[in-house]
Amino acid sequence: MKQLTNKNNIGWLFVLISVVAITLFYFYPMFDAFLLSFQSGMGANLEYVGLNNWSRLLNDPTLRQALINTMTYLIIQVPLMIVLALFFSVILNDPDLKFRGFFRTAIFLPAVTSLVAYSVIFKYMFSIDGIVNQLLLNLNFISEPIAFISDPFWAKVVIILAITWRWTGYNMIFYLSALQNIDRSIYEAARIDGANSFQQFIQITIPMLKPIILFTTITSTIGTLQLFDEVVNITSGGPGIQTISISQYIYDLSFKYTPNFGYAATVSYVIVILVVILSIIQFKVAGEKE
Amino acid sequence: MKKLKKTLIYLFLSIATIISIYPFFWMIVSMTNKSVDVTQGRQLPGTYLFENLRKLFDQVDMVTALTNSAIIAILSTVFTLFIASLAGYGFQMYRSKGKDIVFNILLLSMMIPFASIMIPLYRLFGRISQTAPIIGIDTLAAAFLPTITTAFFIFFFRQNTKMFPKDLIEAGRIDGLSEIGIFFRIFVPTMKTTYAAAAIIAFMNSWNNFLWPLVVLQSPSKQTIPLLISNLGSSYSPDYGMIMSAITIATLPTALVFFFMQKHFVAGMMGSVKG
Repeated sequence: MKQLTNKNNIGWLFVLISVVAITLFYFYPMFDAFLLSFQSGMGANLEYVGLNNWSRLLNDPTLRQALINTMTYLIIQVPLMIVLALFFSVILNDPDLKFRGFFRTAIFLPAVTSLVAYSVIFKYMFSIDGIVNQLLLNLNFISEPIAFISDPFWAKVVIILAITWRWTGYNMIFYLSALQNIDRSIYEAARIDGANSFQQFIQITIPMLKPIILFTTITSTIGTLQLFDEVVNITSGGPGIQTISISQYIYDLSFKYTPNFGYAATVSYVIVILVVILSIIQFKVAGEKE
Repeated sequence: MKKLKKTLIYLFLSIATIISIYPFFWMIVSMTNKSVDVTQGRQLPGTYLFENLRKLFDQVDMVTALTNSAIIAILSTVFTLFIASLAGYGFQMYRSKGKDIVFNILLLSMMIPFASIMIPLYRLFGRISQTAPIIGIDTLAAAFLPTITTAFFIFFFRQNTKMFPKDLIEAGRIDGLSEIGIFFRIFVPTMKTTYAAAAIIAFMNSWNNFLWPLVVLQSPSKQTIPLLISNLGSSYSPDYGMIMSAITIATLPTALVFFFMQKHFVAGMMGSVKG
């Protein structure tokens, strides 16, 4: 018994550094941000102002725009990407398909790029004299170049396309590995029962992949809510604030405009609250169908 | 009908492949062309590769950025592997009710968006600056310290520890090894592939990290590769050939790791979901 408690204590030593580091670099900052949300002032000269920051949230046009933008990215990009990734994974799971490995590698390849690097490439590809405009002009789809980056609508489209390009293959790999665990005889049986491939997809593949779809949806949602690198490097939030994300707004509030750490911390809690709410909703939606 | 379906599938996959690969192709081709040729849409390799590289290393402090990024990424990876694997092993091998609770609390940190802790972290390092400036704001140490362990990697190592044969530990104890000795002499050498997978992901995360270095590193001599590329990318009269060279060089390490260690790469990615 004594030896057992001893081992238990040694176990604590193994986990000690991690517990201290995560408390210091995650939990303490969360707590500090909460305290900050009740303070205001410039730089380090902060004083408590009660709920001022929180009431300011309600009447902040930039925040509203950032929320609308982030939700637009989320609602369009995440489903688009998940459906595409599912589609690719089902096609590429067919053992009779030729060049399977090649297609898989090619579609996954964007996932090795850094967010900053691919964002800059996309910005250039979609610039007014960029390759996309040249292609569309040559194909006679348009008669004059589109100002993708400086148009509020097209700028959002470019950001959504960029993120989809970067992450579809990444998510596909998760589905592919889950698909390999599905027993082929289930599909065999369905085929004998006369189910076509679409019915098989809806009635077998989707339910079997549900846990992994939920996982990728939640990670993608959290990722999109924190969107920063792409927006900053493709459009820098512009034109105006038409493409700004919540993370970029927090950064701007803290380091670009007159530093206002108190209000920035309050805005940051908006992301936390959204992450929690959306994760709960996604869990509930996925759980209900069970 | 069946044939038509097959054809459509191949057509679809080919288009997807072209879209996936084209930006890489364009990046590499543009690296060898003059800026003006790039804007005119040249799609063929040119002869300006060395000129572009020379400009990149002359006009921009590429060497410093590469060195900084490498130092930060290597230290971050070494620390993460060591600290997170200790914890993952500890949580699994010395399981107790208390540790399980602590483990679950640590997992919650995965839900914390970085944007919501970056200001407090910045303030924390501001305070550290006053007593220990060598690890405070605008130091490479500050850039990697918050990444020395993450719940993701602790979880990853714990999952992999589950597959580690307990007999080996008993054997170590009989041989008179201390508990920490067992970890270093038996666990670490047997789990090489797990470490390789974790190393790839940790290195990539750090090498590509943008927001925290942007916040904490201020002087040009501390710039990392993503910061440098972001700066180049936002210039008003971009030198495309030169910028594409920088981007290609920045992408090279992760691309090489991917091609040569594809199995470990995917294993690391999947580490978060299995088990």
